[in-house]
Amino acid sequence: MIEAEGLTKFYGSIGAIRNVSFQIEKGEVVGFLGPNGAGKSTTIRILTCYMPPSSGSARVDGLDVIENSLQIRQRIGYVPESVPLYKDLTVSRFLRFAAGCKGVGAKRIKAETSRVISSCGLEKNANRIIRNLSKGYRQRVGLAQALLNNPSVLILDEPTIGLDPSQIVEIRRLILELHEERTILLSSHILPEVAQLCQRVMIINKGEIIATDTPGNLTSQLQKSVKIVLEVSGASQEFAKEVENMAGVQKVSVVNNGTSKFLIETDPSKDMRPEIAAMAIQKGCGLLELRTMQLSLEEIFMQLVTEETPGEVAE
Amino acid sequence: MKGFVPVFRKELYGMFMSPIFYVVAFFFLLVSGVFFNYILSQVVMASFQLAQHPELGRDFSMMELFLRSFLWNLAIVMLFVAPLLTMRLYAEERKSGTIELLYTYPVTDIATVTAKFAACLTTFVVLLAATLPGVIAVGLASEPAWKLIACGYMGLFLLGCSFLALGIFASTLTRNQIISSIITFAVSLILWFLGEAKSSAGPVAGSILEYVSVSKHFEGLSKGLIDSRDILFYLVFSILFLFLSLRQMSSYRWRG
Repeated sequence: MIEAEGLTKFYGSIGAIRNVSFQIEKGEVVGFLGPNGAGKSTTIRILTCYMPPSSGSARVDGLDVIENSLQIRQRIGYVPESVPLYKDLTVSRFLRFAAGCKGVGAKRIKAETSRVISSCGLEKNANRIIRNLSKGYRQRVGLAQALLNNPSVLILDEPTIGLDPSQIVEIRRLILELHEERTILLSSHILPEVAQLCQRVMIINKGEIIATDTPGNLTSQLQKSVKIVLEVSGASQEFAKEVENMAGVQKVSVVNNGTSKFLIETDPSKDMRPEIAAMAIQKGCGLLELRTMQLSLEEIFMQLVTEETPGEVAE
Repeated sequence: MKGFVPVFRKELYGMFMSPIFYVVAFFFLLVSGVFFNYILSQVVMASFQLAQHPELGRDFSMMELFLRSFLWNLAIVMLFVAPLLTMRLYAEERKSGTIELLYTYPVTDIATVTAKFAACLTTFVVLLAATLPGVIAVGLASEPAWKLIACGYMGLFLLGCSFLALGIFASTLTRNQIISSIITFAVSLILWFLGEAKSSAGPVAGSILEYVSVSKHFEGLSKGLIDSRDILFYLVFSILFLFLSLRQMSSYRWRG
C-alpha cells in the first residue's frame, strides 16, 4: 500500500532523512518511532505529498507522490503534527470546507460531515468555533477531517502529543476503532503507545531507519541476556556470589539495597529458572518470587538509538 | 481547477468574518465619502464661475471633471486598501500551519491561488460598488454620462485586480502579515509614481518607466477612453503576479 524507496530529503544543506526505504501492506497499522528530530515528520510529509523528496521515490497505492500527487491526496487522510485547523471557523463549517476540497459531492457533504462528526464524538461541539475548543477536541476535529471521504490510508503525525492522559486514552481508542480496513501509519515518540496500537514498528533515528519488526520480535531479537528477578527470604551474604558462579549466569545485582531481591542476567539460550530455584532451595532459602523480566520496547528503543556504530566513533 | 469552489467560499467567508474587512470598509467609505463631498463642491463651484463666462465654458463637462478627480482619489485610497485585503491570504496559512492542510488536500495550487484571488476581488468589488450610488446620483442630477462612469469603474476594477494580484504574491513571500502588506503597499506605490520619474530619466528609460507605471494606464480609462493597450497591461500585470504566486507556492513546497 505504501512503499518508500531510498527517500532522501535535504533542507538546504541539512539532511533530514537519508535513504529511507520501507513497505507497508494494506490493512496494517504501523508505528513510526523515533526521537524528536529523527525525520518522522519529514518522511510523513513526503508520503502525504506536502513536499517532494530530494531523491528517491515513494508510492501510495501504486501511485507516485510526484507524478500522481492529486490522486494520492484523494486517498490519504492526514493529521499533521500540530493539528493546524482554520480556527475562525466552526467545526461543521470547517468540515464542510474540507469535504468540498476532498471532492465530496455537494449533495453528500451534509451526510458525510455528520458521519465523521459522530464517529469522532463531536456532536456537542459541531457549532462551536474551533479556536474555543480544548486541545483534545481539536485533535478530534483533525481526525474528523482526515476521515472525510473515507480514505483508505490514514497518516497521523504524533496523534496524542500534548493531550492529557484521559484524552490520550480516548484518542487511542478512536484510532483503533478507525482501523477497520484502513492502512494506518502513525508516528510517535511514546513507545507504549506504539506497542499498544501497532502491529509493526519502524524505528528511525538521525534520518535512517534502524529497525523494522513487530514489537514482540524486536524485543526478543535485541535481548542480549534474559533478566530474571529472584526474591528469597533468609539468604546468606554469599548467596549472590554463589548464584553468579553458576554456569550460564552473567551477572547478579542486588536490587533496592536489600539482600533478598536479586536481578540475575543469564544467557538467553537457556532458561535458568529451574536451576536457580533448585539452588535457592538447596541453600535453605525461602523462594518468594522468580520470574523473567521482559525488555520493554522503551529499553530496546534506547538501546537502538544510543548504540554507537564503529563507523560513527571513527568520525 | 479542482477545489476552486470550496476554497473560494471559505476565503470569502473568512473575509467577511474578519474584523479587518469591517475596519477597512469603514475607513474606505469614510475617506471616499469625504473626497466625494470635497470634489463635488469644488466642481460645482467651478461650474458656477464658468457659468458667468459662457465663452470659456463651452467644452466644459462637469461630470467629466468630477468623475476624473473622484476616480483618481479612489485609486489612491485603493493603494492603501489592497494590501490590507490580501495580506492574510497566504501569510496566515503559513503562520498557523494550515498551509499543510491545503497542500495535502486534493486541490491544485492554481485552484487555490485563483480562488483566493477571486475571493478578495469579490470583496473589493463590494467596496467599490458601495461608492457607486453617489456617482450615479451626480450623474442623474447633472448629465447621465453612463459610459463614462462604466469606463472609469472598469479602470478601477482593473487597477484593483493588479494591486490584489501583487498583494497575493507578497503574501506568499512571508509568514508575517505586516511585512506582506508593507511590500504590497511599497511596490504598488512605486509603480504608481514611476511615471513621474520620466523627466529625470533618459528618453528610452523614461518611456519604459512610463509604460511600467500603473497610473499612466489609468489616465485614459478615467477620461472614458478605452485603449486595448491599457486593458492588456492590467491583465498581463495581474496574471504575471498570480503566476509568480504559483511559482512561489511550489518553491515553498520544495524548500519545505
